[in-house]
Amino acid sequence: MDLSAINPVLLIASLMVAATPLLLASVGELVVERSGVLNLGVEGMMITGAICGFAISVETGSPFTGFLAAMGGGALLSLLFAFLTQFALANQVASGLALTLFGLGLSALMGQGYVGIKPPATPRLDIPLLSDIPVLGRILFSHDLVLYFGIALTAVVWVLLKYTRVGLILRAVGENHDAAHALGFSVVGVRVVAIMFGGACAGLGGAYISLIRVPQWTEGMTAGIGWIALALVVFASWKPWRVLLGAYLFGGISVLQLNLQAAGIAIPVEYLAMSPYIVTILVLVSLSADKSRAPASLGRIFHASQ
Amino acid sequence: MTGTLLRIEGLTKAYPGVVANDDVSFDIAEKEIHALLGENGAGKSTLVKMIYGLVKPDSGTMTWRAEPFTPADPRAARAAGVGMVFQHFSLFNALNVAENVALGMENPPPMRDLAARIRDVSETYGLPLDPFRTVGDLSAGERQRVEIIRCLLQDPKLLIMDEPTSVLTPQEVEILFETLRKLRAEGTSILYISHKLEEIRALCDAATILRLGKNVGTCVPSDTTARDMAEMMVGGTLQTPTRTARDDGDVVLDVTGLSLKPANPFGTTLKNLHFTVRAGEILGLGGVAGNGQDELLAALSGEALTEKNAIKVRGESIGHLGPNARRARGILAAPEERLGHAAAPDMDLSENALLTGAIRKSLTSRGFVNWPAARDFADEIISAFDVRTPGHHVAARALSGGNLQKFVIGREILQDPDVLVVNQPTWGVDASAAADIRQALLDLAARGTAILCISQDLDELMEISDRFGALNEGRLSDIRPVSELSIEEVGLMMGGAHGMEVAHIHEEEQEAGA
Repeated sequence: MDLSAINPVLLIASLMVAATPLLLASVGELVVERSGVLNLGVEGMMITGAICGFAISVETGSPFTGFLAAMGGGALLSLLFAFLTQFALANQVASGLALTLFGLGLSALMGQGYVGIKPPATPRLDIPLLSDIPVLGRILFSHDLVLYFGIALTAVVWVLLKYTRVGLILRAVGENHDAAHALGFSVVGVRVVAIMFGGACAGLGGAYISLIRVPQWTEGMTAGIGWIALALVVFASWKPWRVLLGAYLFGGISVLQLNLQAAGIAIPVEYLAMSPYIVTILVLVSLSADKSRAPASLGRIFHASQ
Repeated sequence: MTGTLLRIEGLTKAYPGVVANDDVSFDIAEKEIHALLGENGAGKSTLVKMIYGLVKPDSGTMTWRAEPFTPADPRAARAAGVGMVFQHFSLFNALNVAENVALGMENPPPMRDLAARIRDVSETYGLPLDPFRTVGDLSAGERQRVEIIRCLLQDPKLLIMDEPTSVLTPQEVEILFETLRKLRAEGTSILYISHKLEEIRALCDAATILRLGKNVGTCVPSDTTARDMAEMMVGGTLQTPTRTARDDGDVVLDVTGLSLKPANPFGTTLKNLHFTVRAGEILGLGGVAGNGQDELLAALSGEALTEKNAIKVRGESIGHLGPNARRARGILAAPEERLGHAAAPDMDLSENALLTGAIRKSLTSRGFVNWPAARDFADEIISAFDVRTPGHHVAARALSGGNLQKFVIGREILQDPDVLVVNQPTWGVDASAAADIRQALLDLAARGTAILCISQDLDELMEISDRFGALNEGRLSDIRPVSELSIEEVGLMMGGAHGMEVAHIHEEEQEAGA
């Protein structure tokens, strides 16, 4: 066992990379759930975004176009969910599960010709001076733009929900859709936009895995991150900064346990592999002991009768 | 100037299977408090939803100050000057008062200014409110203030109030009326929906009466007796329940030091309740909604378990027993919420009859259901309580509120209880069905059952109970014989005015009653 092989600077830098897909998907799902919709299809939208982003960036040679396509793909798939739940009034749990299964199958089909190909590399930020600062430069200023976008998105969602009228209306729709309807707000309109936002975020998170983190295409490569995102939103009490904290904690322990495995520590691999899940859940459960609770209309079907 | 503010001509709205409004016409004058009277299902709510832009009429016209008025949605109605206080509050529990108010405004000012304006308006009209409190923590009366203030901040020309007093104590009602009169003096017209006739006689300038969707007459409430208005509402003569005198029985239900933490976060904690109910007696417990009624019913029915000795029936401690063990001992309960609590909405009437009747009616044996017996029991309830339904195969959801309530109460009464606990037995039930249910409770008491009737309808409690107590924030007032009580005393027992004060725009107005 040789712990000195673990480089703390690289560890922190790589935990941020590991956390970003989870963060993006969770922030998107948080907005969806605050509007009162439970979309269990995060995993399906992520994997669809992963292949859309991968394929388009391989075809065009531009990772940026690929990320845009991933967001479009995720949003398009979520539109199917929006149609089922908001217009056909289907059960949200069943529709979400179907969306995940559909997304996994669809992505496998789309990805047939892309196995074993290397995608174009996404450029990293390289700011003269700042990126050259020892330690901090590597941790803070040498990542790709999508990673910063994820953090900025968390801040934007927080401000939007807490301080703007749009956020107030979104929370109102999630809290009591009948009352929001009675006040003249378009419940279905708000929810469709929120669902598409969630789909775009999940798609972007998926593409981050296939274009930056791994980077290659294999079937089912999101490996359950979408499910973790769903759990994370709940344990984070539907609060954006707690989602960020949870995602980084999860990413951090994941990276750490990989490093520990590599260093040959004398703990069975199975325990190390389960540690990110356990630690994340424990921390967030203890945080969520306060009064915060789920949006009251979460998962309920809205029908504007009379 | 006393012109016409809103003229309604020939409004008709039909839903599949029912005509909610049929050719309704009337005028609301400027500076007028206009009552809209009618039983449940008479079409009052549909009518005001059309005025507020939530529902589009099939035919007919509305005229607002001589201009055509066709609000496409509530925003358009609000822009024209219509404000509405809903019967079931359209509030968001997890948001604070200021956020709730902001949601009802087109162009809300920044939160700080809005909070200041809420404080101003609430003090001017005697409805004190803290803008930053979470609505879920407020009492029913305070929530209504939030709704009223939300409307007042828009400077409405017409304020629609849908059954505003059902959640208030008598003192709070008096203060609300003072506020409404003040608004009228300032030039606001009010459309006041209610089925409480004495209130309408005290407050309103004109009344329009609806029955089965049709306008069946108008009257000047102060010149019309409550009985005449009631008969216009129901379209027939009303029977008042009759009671027979009886002797005091033994104490059957004995509650001593009952305390209970609520199951949900916005519930009320019961604090050290003491009371007894004798055989053949009806004890009425009043109180504004949310003061522990649901929790008390849960504690007595066995849904919430308590300390063993807190509840005794005929000397046996039963606080630790669940609902089925209590049913076996003759303690039955009918909760307030018909759909989802008293009855399973999607199950048919024979299944619902089985759900609570299985034990006392022996409808199961060795784990198997005796369906013929269950169906017979359902039929027995249907015929004995005049439940209007095609048969026992109909889902509970398909029954009207009054019919389902008769079924739910009848189901418990026919099981011959020793103790019956009912919560809001006639809530949302039309007048004739309500009279039937009250009569059935009186008859049951006459046969020697101890009845605890929890209700927010004071007239009902005064009519049927022998003794009266009030729940206030989970505590029980002294229990006193009904014959000795005045309505003012009842109001004070219910907790008085909950901190409201009479509007003080003009200094010479009298002080609040409490």
